[in-house]
Amino acid sequence: MEGWDTSTKSTLTQIPLLSAKAGPRDGASWTQRLKEEYKSLIAYTQMNKSNDNDWFHISAANPEGTRWTGKCWYVHNLLKYEFDLQFDIPVTYPSTAPELELPQLDGKTQKMYRGGKICLTVHFKPLWAKNCPRFGIAHALCLGLAPWLAAEVPILVDSGMIKHKDDSSSSAES
Amino acid sequence: MEVELLELLKDLETLKRSLPDSSLHASIDKMRLRVDYVTNLANAAPARRSKVKDMSAEVVDTNPYSRLMALQRMGIVENYERIREFSVAIVGIGGVGSVAAEMLTRCGIGRLLLYDYDKVELANMNRLFFRPEQVGMTKTDAAVQTLSDINPDVVLESYTLNITTVQGFDTFMSSLKNKTFRPSKEGSGVDLVLSCVDNYEARMAVNQACNELNQIWMESGVSEDAVSGHIQLLVPGETACFACAPPLVVASGVDERTLKREGVCAASLPTTMGVVAGLLVQNTLKLLLQFGNVSPYLGYNSLKDYFPTMEMKPNPQCSNAACLERQKEYMLTKPVRDAAAKAKLEAAASVALEGPLHADNEWNISVVDDSDPDSIDGATSDALPEGLKRELPTADEFQNTPPAAVPTTTTVDDLEELRKQLEALNAE
Ligand SMILES: [Zn+2]
Repeated sequence: MEGWDTSTKSTLTQIPLLSAKAGPRDGASWTQRLKEEYKSLIAYTQMNKSNDNDWFHISAANPEGTRWTGKCWYVHNLLKYEFDLQFDIPVTYPSTAPELELPQLDGKTQKMYRGGKICLTVHFKPLWAKNCPRFGIAHALCLGLAPWLAAEVPILVDSGMIKHKDDSSSSAES
Repeated sequence: MEVELLELLKDLETLKRSLPDSSLHASIDKMRLRVDYVTNLANAAPARRSKVKDMSAEVVDTNPYSRLMALQRMGIVENYERIREFSVAIVGIGGVGSVAAEMLTRCGIGRLLLYDYDKVELANMNRLFFRPEQVGMTKTDAAVQTLSDINPDVVLESYTLNITTVQGFDTFMSSLKNKTFRPSKEGSGVDLVLSCVDNYEARMAVNQACNELNQIWMESGVSEDAVSGHIQLLVPGETACFACAPPLVVASGVDERTLKREGVCAASLPTTMGVVAGLLVQNTLKLLLQFGNVSPYLGYNSLKDYFPTMEMKPNPQCSNAACLERQKEYMLTKPVRDAAAKAKLEAAASVALEGPLHADNEWNISVVDDSDPDSIDGATSDALPEGLKRELPTADEFQNTPPAAVPTTTTVDDLEELRKQLEALNAE
């Protein structure tokens, strides 16, 4: 697991692995996979909360569980920056990972493909491929989005590309 | 407009003659030149050519196909006009796909199906094909605009969608199956699918569709550092599919550890993309019009001007179920293929007995490739031809190890209950 910091690594190993190799076109097997996705997401969210490091909320945006929307946030200099998060489960899932999108940041950073898809490190796809089908949505968030936010939000803030919303609801993390 | 401009010229001439002061004549002459220029511009106003019914071989400057039909006269292609029967689907209308579409349009291809979900941006202007005034249009609409002007004979279909989503994939599949253009065609409704996308996810989606439809396709790619690329022919069941083994890419020769990726996702050059599009469409023409050797894999390393070739057999343990079905079908038809190959060899042998071709080859040039391309097994990742490398590792053999007991904190196994549990956590 070259290329990740120790805390990402230790978090990753605690997220429950999945076993059903099924994508959204696979009918009943997809339902099985979807249950595993929920279990793994629930465990990851509980873990984040107990470590006082809750950093995203997502929900399925359709009954089939093929589109997900929610929020993610990052605290920089004691201020909380929150972004919309969305992604589709690709037809070739889990062979290919979901492409995580932060539409509000589209065009604001080079570390993004068009449409607001975050640009992952060279280490992500090899690790995902090696662990198919054991990695799920929770793993993609932990390995893909968390390091991306940690690397890019400070740059975006310091360069003035994003401003903090000064309303009380999004002030410094409690 | 032309009449008005002529009047203006006359007025200027009259003015010049009526002026006693000849020092002003030079500026009036300059104005006349400007009017001439505008007149030329007006005369060159775009005139759309009308459709042609048959491809003519007549060499006149009004025939858009004369130089292509010459391929037939020269004996390169047996029947060029067949190109009008073919349908080609191009997935991804970016730096490679748009240029490939223009080449096929100029060649007079019968029908093009174009797929992309993206819009034209100013950041695309370092590549060929799209123009600054098309910024903001969808790539598919902008492409149809340009291509239908270039050649109105080509039937163009545009699909603004993302083939990796469930809905986009369904539309993609049904559009490939539609046979209204040529109802007598066997198999799907298209002759070839060209993948010109820039990411692994979309390539895997094309692979999935083509394996399910038993559809021949070609994959193309340009490296993120913009200095190498490749094209690959994929025949379901016969050659390795895109999931049989991790993708094979050309090593640029630049040390990965010294490649600076900080602050950028990908670079692109119109040259590399143009070369790859050219290689892709050349292979397409050879496949469809049956001339020359169709390359199973051709790499391009621009730093060294090195073009590695090879072929890849399918992996009997491929993770793609449709690929395994196609492999089984291919094995079943082996006796028929062997008999046909034998008959062809015998026919060739009897021709050879009649005397060597080009006996007067004074420069002793060999036109036959004397080295077979390297052939590798899709299942093994070792013994790659020089200059090629795997992009991703293979998945671990997870089947052999029982999945670790999932240490979940929940024992619930009902989907709706699980959804509610996650929602409750989100609301906390
Ligand atoms: Zn395969």
